[in-house]
Amino acid sequence: MDDAVIELSRLTKRYGAFTAVSELDLAIRRGEIFGLLGPNGAGKTTTILMMLGLAEPTSGKATVCGIDATRNPIEVKRRVGYMPDDIGFYEDRSGLDNLMYTAMLNRVPEAEAKRRALSLLEKVGLGDAAGKKTGAYSRGMRQRLGLADVLIKQPEVVILDEPTLGIDPEGVRELLALIRQLSKEEGLTVLLSSHHLHQVQQICDRVGLFVGGKLIASGDLAALSQLIEGESAFAVELDVGGWNDTLAGTLRGMERVTAVSVKEADALSVHGRPDGVVTVRVTGTDDIAAELAASVVGSGAELLGLRPLRYGLDEIYHRYFEGGDSIGQLH
Amino acid sequence: MANFIKRLLPAGDGPRERAAAARADLAPSPFWVMVRKEFGDHIRSWRFVILLAIVVLACAGSLYASISALKNGQSASASSGEGSAGFLFLRMFTESDGSLPGFLTFLSFLAPLIGIALGFDSVNTERNKGTLSRLLSQPLYRDDFLNAKFVAGLLLIAVVIFSLGFLVMGMGLFTIGYPPTPEEFWRVVVMLLITVVYVGLWLNLSLLFSVRFRQAATSALSGIALWIFFLVFYGMIVSLVGNATAPADTAAADVVIRHQNWMMLISRLSPAYLFQEAASTLMLPDTRTLNPFITQDQAYLAINAPLSFGQSLLLVWPQVVAIVAETTLSFAAAYVAFMRQEIRSRS
Repeated sequence: MDDAVIELSRLTKRYGAFTAVSELDLAIRRGEIFGLLGPNGAGKTTTILMMLGLAEPTSGKATVCGIDATRNPIEVKRRVGYMPDDIGFYEDRSGLDNLMYTAMLNRVPEAEAKRRALSLLEKVGLGDAAGKKTGAYSRGMRQRLGLADVLIKQPEVVILDEPTLGIDPEGVRELLALIRQLSKEEGLTVLLSSHHLHQVQQICDRVGLFVGGKLIASGDLAALSQLIEGESAFAVELDVGGWNDTLAGTLRGMERVTAVSVKEADALSVHGRPDGVVTVRVTGTDDIAAELAASVVGSGAELLGLRPLRYGLDEIYHRYFEGGDSIGQLH
Repeated sequence: MANFIKRLLPAGDGPRERAAAARADLAPSPFWVMVRKEFGDHIRSWRFVILLAIVVLACAGSLYASISALKNGQSASASSGEGSAGFLFLRMFTESDGSLPGFLTFLSFLAPLIGIALGFDSVNTERNKGTLSRLLSQPLYRDDFLNAKFVAGLLLIAVVIFSLGFLVMGMGLFTIGYPPTPEEFWRVVVMLLITVVYVGLWLNLSLLFSVRFRQAATSALSGIALWIFFLVFYGMIVSLVGNATAPADTAAADVVIRHQNWMMLISRLSPAYLFQEAASTLMLPDTRTLNPFITQDQAYLAINAPLSFGQSLLLVWPQVVAIVAETTLSFAAAYVAFMRQEIRSRS
């Protein structure tokens, strides 16, 4: 924990009777990409605001780069770049002007500000749009400009609040690749909040699951899967033609199989599929794909497909949110 | 005007400033960066151009009216006292031939509008567009943001008011060919200074509304409502209250005087009234007192001569202090409201 860049200890924020963040403990190491994952209203943004000293914690302490964020927010803000979830720019100014303004607020001299702004605009792929007013930028361009805006002060830590919100899939892919690349090149610590699991999964070294103001789990993907699934960490999906109860019984009776369930088919995949084919999910304590295939084929049914499943964040997320309370979720 | 601002930057001439600037790698402090940007934004905005056009037209019109009144010698005060004949230059600001109100009247009417227009959307628009949270995540003090808004607005107001005032002076000089005495010049300068403070008060009020209300339209409307209230309705309400609470005709003199003093006090709560008193006393040196009650001795024994500049200033000093106090109060209110608000993006 010596090299922790962001350290939160028993951080709590209450609004009246409502507890937005409760007793949060978290340490983020230098140079890692940490994903803060949670549904809307889980307290992600509130936590970030407390790290920047923009909101005052009710109790507890947030330390960033060894500085108390509540007591000395200016020093923290000098080292931390923050991109709000719905970033705005001065729309009647050009992208270059907006970046230079941010740089000069960080006491970068004008000539140096211009040099940095231009090179960053080039880096995020906005070189051609530098002179264009930001009011005419598309959503994806605005997010990329936001990234440049965060980097222009040459921070040690970058905090991105929902950076991929409202961008098309291709734009998301590009943006995430950019974040990953920049983090590796500049050795930045990145804290990324999102409710998009797949995106977090793609680029984060570690993930924290955040529900109802509490961090319910954190670690890398393998650790999280282990945590949730316990012993039955392996799963296989089978597409079987001629599924029947006898076969189900056979599979259940197999060694190391813990559960067999018929999965509801997606609307999309149902199309163009022969009747009588069902998708079955089998979970076990070990990799049992070969045995399963053998027993399905041996029973006379058709085996049309077999997919070993790794537990993705999707599963983990879902598992937590369906089982637990649903604070902040609308039904 | 950009040069004017640049000269105000701490990168300037004083040795202390130079040392401070050298420490920060010659970069101006975030506060002045913000002031410069705000100032530039104001000047480039259409709103400011339109506003300036209205005010300039009003001033040109009033100047024309006052000059034609002076030429015809048709105004009442010109013929009455010989004392006022000495202040021909000042009369340019107050006289009118009846077709249009004088410069001072126009100014007291339109100046609040400048303040309201410069401030009503300064905070809430930044909040709604999501620039506020981005700005405040930079290493700057939170109050610097509001201070910069105020200072930039006040600077712009000062530039506008003084250039208008000097424009009128110059045009008048050109047309009537009668130069001002130094005393007249200083009277005008002080009057312009008071106007700047007065407009600053309205700027602060509209800043307060822009902190308080999330919608720019609501904030503009509240500012305009308050402006109309003080300009039109406040006097009516005061006289209504005055009539209702007036002592009987048979009441003792001190009762009547006390009642009248109360009414004056209530009237003087209105910044518009204070400004009118202060500005017109400075522009009309014949005004010897702002008290409606003078004893017969005072009336007869007073020398029939205009007050000197210092005495006029002394007479309106309480008014000036009151306007400054009201300005400070409304800024404090905006400041407190802003500092207590939580900064979140677009909420």
